[in-house]
Amino acid sequence: MEIKVLEGVFDANEIVAKENRGILDKSGTYMVNMMASPGAGKTSLIVKTLEGLSGDLKSVVIEGDIAGKVDAERVSDTGTEAIQINTGGSCHLEAKQVNTALANLSLEGIGLAIVENVGNLVCPAEFKLGEDLKVMILSAAEGDDKPLKYPLMFSESDVLIVNKIDLIPYTNFNLEKLKETVIKMNPGVTIFEVSCTNGDGISEWVEWLKKRIKG
Amino acid sequence: MHEMGVTESMMDVVLRHADKNNANKVTRINLVLGEMSSVVPYSISFYFDMLSKDTVAEGAELNFRTVKFKARCSDCGKKFKPRDYDITCPKCKGSNTEIISGREFQVESIEIN
Ligand SMILES: Nc1nc2c(ncn2[C@@H]2O[C@H](COP(=O)(O)OP(=O)(O)OP(=O)(O)O)[C@@H](O)[C@H]2O)c(=O)[nH]1
Ligand SMILES: [Mg+2]
Ligand SMILES: [Zn+2]
Ligand SMILES: [Zn+2]
Repeated sequence: MEIKVLEGVFDANEIVAKENRGILDKSGTYMVNMMASPGAGKTSLIVKTLEGLSGDLKSVVIEGDIAGKVDAERVSDTGTEAIQINTGGSCHLEAKQVNTALANLSLEGIGLAIVENVGNLVCPAEFKLGEDLKVMILSAAEGDDKPLKYPLMFSESDVLIVNKIDLIPYTNFNLEKLKETVIKMNPGVTIFEVSCTNGDGISEWVEWLKKRIKG
Repeated sequence: MHEMGVTESMMDVVLRHADKNNANKVTRINLVLGEMSSVVPYSISFYFDMLSKDTVAEGAELNFRTVKFKARCSDCGKKFKPRDYDITCPKCKGSNTEIISGREFQVESIEIN
């Protein structure tokens, strides 16, 4: 006997993501899901963003890593509360892990929650967390051919931040070609070019984010 | 590691529906998989064999139906298969388009006895 099921395997995750959305709406907290491959500059950009926002907005950071708490410590050093989630081997964050983290935070008065996803260019894009904004980072050192190799994340993200533009002179990275490819895949995407090392482009990104948060 | 978690979620769906229908055995699981999904059938099958042991789904056949990546233009209504993930409308060249398939991973049906 055949039984119709018609149920998405990621539906269960999406139900929890909606629950997270409800929790965040109650405290008026805007959530950013930051995704990129290992070492692209997620933590560096989070630190720069927090510096840029200082005084304007109270923030918290949720750090997802397979193991360790290095990144949470780097963020805590800036004076922003950070909580570490260890996924114990899993290569992406799921809504229920963020749900647990949110339950352990006091969100009252918190305007912004930034989630640093596990370093991975593939599956984090598949799992909604209840975020307002999906941001992906591609660093110039990774090459401009990545969109066609990892299409899901490039087509799912609201924002693409090209980081490490200070390194472009030392590579064959073609910024114009990259932008052209990504815009064809994802016409609604907003693209920023930054260097977390010398600070180029950071204020444009931070000002844009502030406007988005104010809605 | 990733596919193990995804396979667990898939098993949850299958076992819940099997239980609801008082299945003694699940013989076949029909899955719909979008071309653009990050899920790899080979790994799902591998973890399924491991995770389904001693459940009603043990030994079930996994059948994957692949769904092409397709988009539709909201301006002129044209449906098309994007090349190189380029979702610009091939007819009116507009970018007011939406993806209509290719991202799903769904349990379509199960066969039980
Ligand atoms: N040259 C240059 N280096 C950068 C830039 N941004 C980050 N880096 C360096 O890149 C390395 C990785 O940066 P992280 O911020 O730790 O990257 P991440 O994405 O958080 O890494 P994981 O959490 O391990 O996945 C560090 O050594 C940074 O100093 C940049 O704009 N230019
Ligand atoms: Mg990091
Ligand atoms: Zn994963
Ligand atoms: Zn059209």
